[in-house]
Amino acid sequence: MILLAFLAQTLRIAIPYLLAAAGGVISERSGLIALTLEGYMLGGAFTAVWASYYSGSPWAGVAAAVAGGAVLALIYAVSAIRFRADQVVAGIAINLFAIGLTRYLLRLFFDSSSNSPRVAGFTVQGSGTGFGALLVNPLVWLGILVIPATAWLLYRTPFGLRVRAVGEHPTAAASVGVPVARVRYLAVLLSGMLAGLGGAYLALDQHQFTDGMTAGRGFIALAATIFGRWDPVRAGLACLLFAAAETLQIQLQGSQALPSQFVEMIPYVLTIVALAGVVGRAVAPAALGKTAIE
Amino acid sequence: MSAPDPTLMPVGDVPAPAAASITRPGASRRTQLEEAVLPPLVALLLAAVVGDVLILTFGQSPGAVYRLLLDGTWGNAYGFGQVLYKATTLVFTGLAVALGLRAGLFNIGAESQLAAGGFCAALIGLVLPAGFPALLCLPVYILAAAIGGGAVGAVPGVLKARFGAHEVIVTIMLNFIVLALLNYLTSTRLHVPDTLHTAEIRSGRLPRLADLWPAFQGSAANVVIVLAILAMVGLWWFLFRTRRGFELRAVGLQPHAAEYGGIDVGGVTWRALALSGAIAGIGGLNYVLGYKHYYEEGFATGAGFLGIAVALVGRSHPLGIGLAALLFATLSQGGLAVNALVPKQMVDVLQAVVILAVATSVPEVRRLLRMRRGGGDR
Repeated sequence: MILLAFLAQTLRIAIPYLLAAAGGVISERSGLIALTLEGYMLGGAFTAVWASYYSGSPWAGVAAAVAGGAVLALIYAVSAIRFRADQVVAGIAINLFAIGLTRYLLRLFFDSSSNSPRVAGFTVQGSGTGFGALLVNPLVWLGILVIPATAWLLYRTPFGLRVRAVGEHPTAAASVGVPVARVRYLAVLLSGMLAGLGGAYLALDQHQFTDGMTAGRGFIALAATIFGRWDPVRAGLACLLFAAAETLQIQLQGSQALPSQFVEMIPYVLTIVALAGVVGRAVAPAALGKTAIE
Repeated sequence: MSAPDPTLMPVGDVPAPAAASITRPGASRRTQLEEAVLPPLVALLLAAVVGDVLILTFGQSPGAVYRLLLDGTWGNAYGFGQVLYKATTLVFTGLAVALGLRAGLFNIGAESQLAAGGFCAALIGLVLPAGFPALLCLPVYILAAAIGGGAVGAVPGVLKARFGAHEVIVTIMLNFIVLALLNYLTSTRLHVPDTLHTAEIRSGRLPRLADLWPAFQGSAANVVIVLAILAMVGLWWFLFRTRRGFELRAVGLQPHAAEYGGIDVGGVTWRALALSGAIAGIGGLNYVLGYKHYYEEGFATGAGFLGIAVALVGRSHPLGIGLAALLFATLSQGGLAVNALVPKQMVDVLQAVVILAVATSVPEVRRLLRMRRGGGDR
């Protein structure tokens, strides 16, 4: 029973990571650095609550989160692809933009600097934290399915082949007629939508938007993307690993066995270790981050 | 397709991406100036437009809001003092990021390097006895802060030089790790009960500007600003007048050519990031020596990221960085001044717009200028 509760809690924490990391893998495989996941998630979380609040339907919230993530992704894509802005700078700007704008809109629509009013969401509050309560939430299913779906998209479809081609060798892809810019736009938009869904899950699960509620989760998803070596399935497993560590920390909270700060570090330390190549070097897509250079 | 597809340019052997934000050597002075000045102007214009829209959606008059913003920052001594205080920290983080950019490296870690520098300075302050000679204090503090920030900066430097680990990802991850570690040390070992900060340092506090000019009364501006100016001059000297600085810039512009010319690229890489971290770390003194006299969790949240903006808008030149630091400090402080009319969060949006607009217009402006000249060099 304890194990079951542990697994349910892990899955609950992992869902937004899985959605955002799937987006991260797609974006980075196409050659665009996914520093922006945090911003997409935050934007998605806000638009989800905003639309749910005014329509009364969580489905409208989900749709709005997809749109919100996509709009931010479009700004990023236009800056990095059309205008060849440095991806790191543009990515940081998008994140700052998302933080600032959600704060501003929180004041504008809900006259608060900390949180929105409560919205319905998919789960009934007080229905427990077990699997039963979890699996009535369609976003949980989406989070579970997104990893195999992304793997299928990348490795089994023409679009996926093109994404991988433009991320590894854009000139070679272009020479055989792949519309490089268009593929990259689509990949970035898709990553914005997926990360936006991750934000929607967070906000609807907590039944409200709170200022800065993603709290670095987008960067954990980015860490999972890299630690999973840009492969959807490995990235998904990394998400589950990071979520399990968090769950363990929550369960051990009373015992003081391990300070929470050290558990927080786990995803980041593992990512650095992976990048340094101590256990199996993580090698990025060859054209990652290089859309912008003359 | 009529125009060449811009996404196809990049492939092959290319200079590090960071070099894109530096005015190219070789171009004529006039072109250099245009390439440096136009993007920030475009950015400010765009920010003003976005600001107008935000202000209008809140039902206020843009003119009144902007006037209040200026009155609350440059219009009185207190507001101006606050601008100077915030700009001081931003000069350090901006110089830190710029130094990295000159070497072709992107240091996203100024946030945690600044915190580590402040933490180490506060730690030394707990050890130094009350009567410690004032003349010796400052060098000790500067050394402590530089070591704190420099150690954090050296990690991605060594990992990059030794294993080729991308410094952007490593510095981002390190931000979270270092801040969590400092949080742990402060909250479990060092904090004053019921607060989030350490005990006050006993010696080596620096005077505030208000002690010299009473008009600044109440503002946090302090003489660390002199250190910031010295750092600007010192970095300019280092970059443009020393051999080490030349090697660093050579690596930033064309690492392969630099290596061929006999420069130790790995060594330059890790030293550049360590020095970058050290500069950011010294920025922590603005808070610890000049303002609150203790380390507090989150004392400089956001200053590291704004340092990236400052370096970018200042075109990685010490003088430009000074001006850009004033600009961003004015926006930060101005947000508080206009909060009665519009949410202060508006300036967060404007800062992001400035960064994004500069990043997008730098390559575009360069392309257009080159087209006007008849597409001379590529």
